[in-house]
Amino acid sequence: MLLDARDLHKSYDSRPAVAGVSLSAAPGEIVGLLGPNGAGKTTTVAMLCGLLTPDRGEVLIGGNAIEGDDSRVKCRIGLVPQDIALYEDRPALSNLRLFGALYGIGGALLDERCRDALALVGLSERARDKPQSFSGGMKRRLNIACALIHDPDLLLLDEPTVGVDPQSRNAIFDNLEALKRRGKALVYTTHYMEEAERLCDRIVIVDHGKVVAGGTLEQLYATLPAAQALQIDVDGAVDLQRLGREPGVGSARQDEGKLFIGVDDLARAGPLLSWLATEGHRVRSITSGRATLENVFLALTGRQMRD
Amino acid sequence: MSALTALLRNDLVLYFSNRRALIMSIAAPIAIAAFFGALFDSSSSKKPVRVPIAVVDEDHSDIAQRIVTGMKADAALEVQELPAAQAALLVRGGKLRAVLTLPAGFGEQAALALFRPRDKPVLAIEYDPSQAMALAVVRGLAMQYVMQAVGESLISGKLGEKFVGDARSGIERSANLNESTRRELLTLFDSVDRLQKQGSAANGAGSPTVAPRFDMPFTTREQEVTSGADRPYNSYAHAFAGMGVQFILFMGIDLGIGVLLARRLGLWKRLRAAPLSRATLLASRIVSGSVIALVLLAIIYAAAIAFFGVRIDGSVVGMVGIAIAFALLTSTFGLLIAALGKTPEATRGLAIFATLLLVMLGGAWVPSFVFPEWLQKLSLFVPTRWAVDGLDAMTWRGLGADAAIAPIGVLLGFSALFAALAVWRFDWNE
Repeated sequence: MLLDARDLHKSYDSRPAVAGVSLSAAPGEIVGLLGPNGAGKTTTVAMLCGLLTPDRGEVLIGGNAIEGDDSRVKCRIGLVPQDIALYEDRPALSNLRLFGALYGIGGALLDERCRDALALVGLSERARDKPQSFSGGMKRRLNIACALIHDPDLLLLDEPTVGVDPQSRNAIFDNLEALKRRGKALVYTTHYMEEAERLCDRIVIVDHGKVVAGGTLEQLYATLPAAQALQIDVDGAVDLQRLGREPGVGSARQDEGKLFIGVDDLARAGPLLSWLATEGHRVRSITSGRATLENVFLALTGRQMRD
Repeated sequence: MSALTALLRNDLVLYFSNRRALIMSIAAPIAIAAFFGALFDSSSSKKPVRVPIAVVDEDHSDIAQRIVTGMKADAALEVQELPAAQAALLVRGGKLRAVLTLPAGFGEQAALALFRPRDKPVLAIEYDPSQAMALAVVRGLAMQYVMQAVGESLISGKLGEKFVGDARSGIERSANLNESTRRELLTLFDSVDRLQKQGSAANGAGSPTVAPRFDMPFTTREQEVTSGADRPYNSYAHAFAGMGVQFILFMGIDLGIGVLLARRLGLWKRLRAAPLSRATLLASRIVSGSVIALVLLAIIYAAAIAFFGVRIDGSVVGMVGIAIAFALLTSTFGLLIAALGKTPEATRGLAIFATLLLVMLGGAWVPSFVFPEWLQKLSLFVPTRWAVDGLDAMTWRGLGADAAIAPIGVLLGFSALFAALAVWRFDWNE
């Protein structure tokens, strides 16, 4: 494993922000750190890159701990902060050159790295423009490029798509997948489940500073009582207790008239529609699909991710 | 390029490419210093400002007339004779600084009071309290012209003849004097009597002979103590020192706020994620802040020298030393702001208030000698006082390098204190 973080703890004024998070990432792997706001994701990332010293636990990068602010181990890590951390009054190229110099890169190598990084994020044509003239998506991409300038093995991305339009988000995903293909290890924190589902090979779900589940998507779905989901628009309040006793129903809740039912097989849809009819509910529409990470989080914590 | 050089270069490029910051840091101090310099310019080519006052003559005696005439002729005063009510109204309205009232019988009572101090007449001075400094001028000049008029009238006026006659009679009648003393005093008054008669005769014949008169027993010779006899005081030198110090400290605030903004924007996080020691990060801030402060001070003084005749008449080495020490003070002050500040918005307001206080106590706006004594002593604990005094010493005062040692020492001491506090209080956690 390139990244091996074990049993990380961090408290602020005796209030635990992270309580026993363990995380690992191998080269060519994208690991998602998924959790609602305030779950401890940013604090975890800060400990992974040496910005914060854990109260307990350890972080190893390629088997080495980060010892001291000027530890060379940091050269193997690229951090993409949640905020757009750029000097907006300086051209894109100057930003890259500055951050490269901080890692001791200079001369022809720095020029080459700047070209590569700009090409990867599709900003070669805007190298001499200032970020203040960029769109939000372009700034986000330059934010990533600045973390790549020293060619790190591990990239830590703290919610890198906040406030980005779908088109730019897809462009960022393409960039990250390209990095994965180059053998980089990526840790991607997000509270967007669809992002984690699309990008991540493994996902670690955190809540209140603790890991509540971890594994591949399939492994996480396997923890659900129901792997498939039905969404039915019905009239009236459904007796959820009686519905829960129907065969194959793993979970059931009703929200603003819409009925969300977790089932083990989509073939249960017919008998359930019949049951609703006999109970006197008129069905207006029905959709079905595979369970999502939202269902996993709900099943694990009893809360929705965006509560 | 090393990390330190890269950070330093970045800070310098960022600062000097910010046109608004440059205008604030260079044009503003030059403009305000030019204004203050012109305001306090006391060079001989300037027409002196006359103090506007009114005199109310309720006495109409010869002595009162002489007082009014003397004051009207004085270059320091602009005198109007007005009725009491009108004069008081003009003082209240701020049009006049003071009104002097010579009450009825003032002249005679003043002359007699020279020898009988128990019956002194009262010269009333009503003045504008917002212009209290003018009171000392008016009181001093009134005293001069009253003494002059009373003295002259004793020698040459009718009042003098009456006074001498009365005195002779008193001496002749006195039973307490021995004969020898009586003769000496009568001889004295005979001499005074002869002088009075000569004066009256000269006045009556229109003779060019000058009648005996009283006058100030001395004149004064005033000389500015500057860097040399051929160097008149240049009020711009002090104004540029004060405004330079003020606006460069404002730049120090910007440096501190810059760190807070970098924190907010995540830039500080990115810098901290790089393999840089804390010392490198802080040193880059201190060095860049000091270089910017030095460049600004050099530009401000270049303008002062080129356009306002300011000269470094003292030690150039001392001037450079003070400039470097003040530049260090500025950058460590900025760092302290970054260490103690919470949000950029709240910190900026507080820091500007603190800076204005420092600058005011430092004597940059108003010379520190007008402060109460306790405040003058207190201002010795304010680094800006040493910066302004040091720059003054090396420019218009023309003092040597030894006069720069104390300011440099104090400024470096404060810099070390600010830096230590900043390092102690700096929040490194992200």
